Amino acid sequence: MKKAIEVENLTKRFGSFTAVNAISFDVAQGEIFGFLGANGAGKTTAMRMLCGLSRPTSGKGAVAGFDMIRQPEEIKRHIGYMSQRFSLYEDLAVWENIRLFAGIYGVPEKEIAPRTDGMLARIGFESGRNTRVKELPLGWKQKLSFAVAIFHEPKIVFLDEPTGGVDPLTRRRFWEMIYDAADRGISVFVTTHYMDEAEYCNRVSIMVDGRIDALDTPKNLKQQFGVRSMDEVFHRLARENALTSNAN
Amino acid sequence: MMFLSFVKKEFLHIFRDPRTMLITLGMPVAQIILFGFAITTEVKNVRMAVFDPSHDISTQRIISRMQASEYFDMTQVLHTADDINSAFNKGKAELVAVFSDRFDENLLRAGKASVQLIADATDPNQAAMLTAYASNIIADYRQELLREHRIPFLIEPEIQMLYNPQMKSAYNFVPGVMGLILTLICAMMTSIAIVREKEVGTMEALLVSPLRPVWIILAKVAPYFTLSIVNIISILLLSVFVLDVPVSGSMFWLAVVALMFIIVALLLGIVISSVATTQVTAMLASGMLLMMPVLLLSGMIFPIENMPVILQWISNIIPARWFITAVRKVMIEGLGVSYVAKELAILAGMAVFLIAVSVKTFKIRLS
Repeated sequence: MKKAIEVENLTKRFGSFTAVNAISFDVAQGEIFGFLGANGAGKTTAMRMLCGLSRPTSGKGAVAGFDMIRQPEEIKRHIGYMSQRFSLYEDLAVWENIRLFAGIYGVPEKEIAPRTDGMLARIGFESGRNTRVKELPLGWKQKLSFAVAIFHEPKIVFLDEPTGGVDPLTRRRFWEMIYDAADRGISVFVTTHYMDEAEYCNRVSIMVDGRIDALDTPKNLKQQFGVRSMDEVFHRLARENALTSNAN
Repeated sequence: MMFLSFVKKEFLHIFRDPRTMLITLGMPVAQIILFGFAITTEVKNVRMAVFDPSHDISTQRIISRMQASEYFDMTQVLHTADDINSAFNKGKAELVAVFSDRFDENLLRAGKASVQLIADATDPNQAAMLTAYASNIIADYRQELLREHRIPFLIEPEIQMLYNPQMKSAYNFVPGVMGLILTLICAMMTSIAIVREKEVGTMEALLVSPLRPVWIILAKVAPYFTLSIVNIISILLLSVFVLDVPVSGSMFWLAVVALMFIIVALLLGIVISSVATTQVTAMLASGMLLMMPVLLLSGMIFPIENMPVILQWISNIIPARWFITAVRKVMIEGLGVSYVAKELAILAGMAVFLIAVSVKTFKIRLS
């Protein structure tokens, strides 16, 4: 099966500082891939390269089947993106936001209306069509942001800490949407701080100091480190790293 | 399609924010009306001083008439010619009447005497009115003498305007208001609108989208460009039909000058937006760096030629200064395009420079 992401020795340097140090991994179609790491570990830089916002210093890769170096514009057209800060315009109505992003991503004019109806029905939000986004509760904004991010049916959607600031129950509902998207063949690349979310992923990678130090299913990772939760896996890696850097 | 849906969204932002609507569409009308009417009111109790070296019956009678009128308050009698300047500098007088030596003697013997009226013309409208009132009082006295002596006396009121010698008056502010409004809408509102997307986080979503950054900026700028043109038209209509300030030069070249300045101001807004990270910073930057200088240094209120040399130098880098000068020449003085070639060239040079700067800052941000 075709990979949604394939990267090899991807590296980004800023002057003498190496933010991302030769990372290699791949993400299958329909896979939910967790991208974890402490602040400053290089997650954001790696994600910016994958989204076509920043050019790698060295290494190669393909996202959504397009070359990272030569076809960043094609990549942008075939991915979805949602960040912790909302991508929706507060002073526009729900349908206006959908229309705007559908237009930006080149969804054909006559498909926009039926797809909007289908999408609102799927998330059970038909009544909110004309509501201004600023009047919605946080949980709904996030669900809607996600629905808008996959409206143009991208091959892969990048979620940058999508569920910041909401309670575990709302997070859980949000993840039902993610599973639904993955079932339809959309790969999901998600960064998060919440370890309960890491448990929901098919596979998880953990970045430390610009490198990927661990990459496997949550189950295997827990076995490998002999612990019972992803939280402990994460702390093991972080502590090991602290010890080595102290030794240096 | 991509671009148009983005421009449409940008217009929606403006139409849905009552404050933005008020500033962009209400402000020009309010300013024209304010400058046009509120400032030209009747003057009363103006501080006046006299320098009267001849001190004779005629001068005394003229002075007492002035004292009796409701327009003037005689605050000071000056003793030397040097006192005239200090009376103005200390703000003790807005009008000084200076009688010539042996006024009465000249009047009766030669049939001719002169009186100088010196006015503080910082506010040209008021200065014009003051000297006109004073001249009327002097003319009245001449009429009276005529009746008494039946000799055609001549008293020459010689009028001198301090601080604004050319007496550029009421017509002055129309170009000034245009400069101010365009700076406000193009530079300030545009920079705030762009920075708002950065602050709220939607800029991230746009940069990840297939929209090219150049188009994002153009789409953000488009509505303000349109609004600027609407405002220029409304200011011109108001000035022609309400204030009776006609467009005496070529409409075409006036439009060229305005477009040139709109482009420069939009570029300034873009440059500010690429440096500022919050809306407040953007507002302060455009307010302090652009609006204040436009008000104070562009020649809109205070004539440039009367500023200290350093401020004259600074005024050179203010785009609005060249715009206002050019509009004055084309619109008010009715001069041809060859007279504004210098202003147009300077504005074009500024545009090229700003394009280079904004392209550079944009690249830094994206790398």
